[in-house]
Amino acid sequence: MTLVKISHGRRTFIKSSALAGGGMMIGFSWLASCKPTPEQLLTMPKEWFKINGFLKIGENGVVTIMSPNPEIGQNVKTSMPMIVAEELDVDWKYVIVEQAPLDTSIFNRQLAGGSQSIRHGWEGLRMAGATARQMLKEAAAKAWGVPVSEITTEASMIHHKNSGKSAGYGEMASAAANIEVPKEVKLKEISEYKIIGTSRNNVDGQKIVTGKPLFGLDYKKEGMLVAMIVHPPAFGLKLKSFDDATAKAMPGIKDVFKIDVYKEGDETQWCDTISFNELVVVVGSTTWEVMNAKKAITCEWEQIKSKEIEVPFFGKTKKISTPSGLENTDDHLAQMIAASKSSATVVRKDGDPEAAFKKATTILERSYTAPFLAHSTLEPMNFFAHVTAEKAELVGPIQTPEFMEKSASTRLGLPLDKIDIQMTRMGGGFGRRLYGHFLIEAAVISQKMNAPVKLIYTREDDMTTGIYRPAYHATYRAALDENKNLIAFHVKTGGVPESSLSANRFPAGAVDNYLAEEWTVVSNVSVGAFRAPGSNFIAGAEQSFLDELAETMGKDPIDLRLELLEKAKTSPVGKDNDYEAERYAGVLQLIKEKSGWGKDLAGLHRGVAAYFCHNTYVAQIVEIEMKDNAPIIKKVTAAVDCGLVINPVAATNLAEGGIIDGIGHGSYSAITLKDGVPQQNNFNTYRLIRHREAPKEIEVHFVDNKKDPTGLGEPLNPPVIGALANALYKATGKRYYDQPFLVDPKLMG
Amino acid sequence: MATFNLKINGTTKTVDVDPTTPLLWVLRDHLDMVGTKFGCGIASCGACTIHLDDTAMRACVLPISAVGDQKITTIEGLSESGDHPVQKAWLEHDVPQCGYCQAGQIMTAAALLKENANPSDEEIESAMNGNLCRCGTYTRIKAAVKTAAKNM
Ligand code: FES
Ligand code: FES
Repeated sequence: MTLVKISHGRRTFIKSSALAGGGMMIGFSWLASCKPTPEQLLTMPKEWFKINGFLKIGENGVVTIMSPNPEIGQNVKTSMPMIVAEELDVDWKYVIVEQAPLDTSIFNRQLAGGSQSIRHGWEGLRMAGATARQMLKEAAAKAWGVPVSEITTEASMIHHKNSGKSAGYGEMASAAANIEVPKEVKLKEISEYKIIGTSRNNVDGQKIVTGKPLFGLDYKKEGMLVAMIVHPPAFGLKLKSFDDATAKAMPGIKDVFKIDVYKEGDETQWCDTISFNELVVVVGSTTWEVMNAKKAITCEWEQIKSKEIEVPFFGKTKKISTPSGLENTDDHLAQMIAASKSSATVVRKDGDPEAAFKKATTILERSYTAPFLAHSTLEPMNFFAHVTAEKAELVGPIQTPEFMEKSASTRLGLPLDKIDIQMTRMGGGFGRRLYGHFLIEAAVISQKMNAPVKLIYTREDDMTTGIYRPAYHATYRAALDENKNLIAFHVKTGGVPESSLSANRFPAGAVDNYLAEEWTVVSNVSVGAFRAPGSNFIAGAEQSFLDELAETMGKDPIDLRLELLEKAKTSPVGKDNDYEAERYAGVLQLIKEKSGWGKDLAGLHRGVAAYFCHNTYVAQIVEIEMKDNAPIIKKVTAAVDCGLVINPVAATNLAEGGIIDGIGHGSYSAITLKDGVPQQNNFNTYRLIRHREAPKEIEVHFVDNKKDPTGLGEPLNPPVIGALANALYKATGKRYYDQPFLVDPKLMG
Repeated sequence: MATFNLKINGTTKTVDVDPTTPLLWVLRDHLDMVGTKFGCGIASCGACTIHLDDTAMRACVLPISAVGDQKITTIEGLSESGDHPVQKAWLEHDVPQCGYCQAGQIMTAAALLKENANPSDEEIESAMNGNLCRCGTYTRIKAAVKTAAKNM
């Protein structure tokens, strides 16, 4: 029995007029057939009864379930309603899913980040469905004059066995809306699930494949203008002056002006990261006209002065230093190498690592690097804003609507309740849309123009305005005694401008003498979270090192990890080890079994890796074949423990995406800088993985352990970079230490 | 500004635009057809793929003045009720993640199958190579193209 939160209790009676036109509406569950049968054409109800913030039921049994979290391609818009529908015991055929508005009085954590939507939503979603079901049962019990304990439900029907009475959910919806919200509800046992754990296709699938307007960039409003920005070409520069005479005279151009995105002295938050606060803005009637005028603006730039700011960061404060100067990738590398050889901050120390390294017979030391990366969501940054003296209407793709509502309120000088943020489907997020400066930019432009405006970034703007994945460096050292036993382990890592260390992760806890240190190099290049922050580098580095360590120790790489995990399980070293050794070993065992590890596969070269992040355990094997001296990835096998899998088809898709993402970035992508200027500004110079380079086959196995569900958006891409490096070693005899592995560094500007 | 009569998805539409305007922005801004997406603007990502007569083209670099009386097909007009074999296969394989690249992927795949009813894996890969998917749905796309080929 679980207590129900009172905030779900607000009930209102609403008419169907809120829905466009009423009448007939096509449900989405006819995807397999494409041409709906009459039964599949849902008739829109005449009246809706709002049972709680998550759902409303029509008099004809059609149910609308609100999907609370932003959809960035991680499938929450299908998976979260599935959880509500399960506890409601509704027939999925009669479910319509709607993106919920931003409303923190009803929904918790309307954020897409950290692979946490399902994990945090799990309880609340189930309770929303279960309380509604309980209210329907109570309404029926009252109507039939029978005890509620004798009422059962099944697939949108309410039954009373003894009297033989039955009713559809729709018939009881109006009465249910007036039932007291129960204080407690019983949630289903996993064995009773009929929707959770079954594959349900994407609720927006039909709209996506027919090109319906879904994304922020597709949003349009009567009288809407288009805006674009001109920003400094290099990090370390700011606007000095600009000449807009030509641009202003061009066809369709309404205005050209300068904005300060955030106001000096205003309080900002972690998600207000911005690279260039002063921008030149061009506003006009159509995109092409504005694009052309943008090119006709000439600017003078000047170097920034160094500064330090503190911003609130989840209850703490975070210091952000912005030095002056024009930076270069070569210098960053030299600075990182120097920092890796200087003293650093000790984050964790077990035993006496210095002494162990002193008495070691063999020391293995290796260093790894990775460059800045641009998120490159395929839909560039954009936002719609209509700001008037009374209110702000903001529509677009944002991962942090809850936070950005506050920032917009501060910047526009409007009270919070006058800021209305609507979330559109996002053409990718990967962390980039956590940082909503573009929402503020759109709002400031609209306020100035006193008109509805859509701000659009060109790809070049999107790729050269920073908020990159940091550049990283890590040095690993292992000490072996004369019998090749591992006696000490040392990781020292950092980056520009952040470190990727998670000191309490494996192999912490498995080695008696352990040392984890970190350092940072300050920079004026802005950075932000990038799918599996930190892990997206450190996992690959660590897993490559463990592979080389196993080889040095004369051990099979899976066996070495299992031995270490056995120690972490039976006699863990230190405290705060943040993984469960048994589940970790579980995915390694599963992959060993599923892949037939150890068998010699003619012409195929295999590498293995395993990692734990975002509460999920993953092991992967990459299989490479060499063809004309080039590696072809034949197959990737993954074993995943993310607890209960809500929607297997979507989970597998997401896992495949993570794998391709990891391989792609580890192999091909990099942002390099010359005098502060990013040397890549579009997909002709910035390489993303393409069809031909993707693995020919991907096989994903989920551990079936019925534990609470955890994240899946991120954990698949970090380890695969290690598995790839290890497979490349087997295939070429060469170890790969520096990402991107498959691009000649000389070609990268 | 100049007037153009465009044959789009079986109907004729008239627009009055600067002749250098790429077809992509004519579709999106002037005709309210936003299924064709903007990803790069330089023919490097494939998000804006349409058919000109039966050939897949990148609408972001195709000036409207170059269209002439060739037939334009966009994702909105690929089939009347969303049931082109490629669209059906996309749903069957539940291909989309964020979905942003998928209109372009579908248009490229449909053009490929029109020209080559039974493409090999290599032929699929090379035809689709110009279409980026940042979410990494490539393996699923390949499987869906094969399913569509069977059902054409
Ligand atoms: S937008 Fe045309 S190819 Fe990228
Ligand atoms: S599905 Fe997101 S870019 Fe392809």
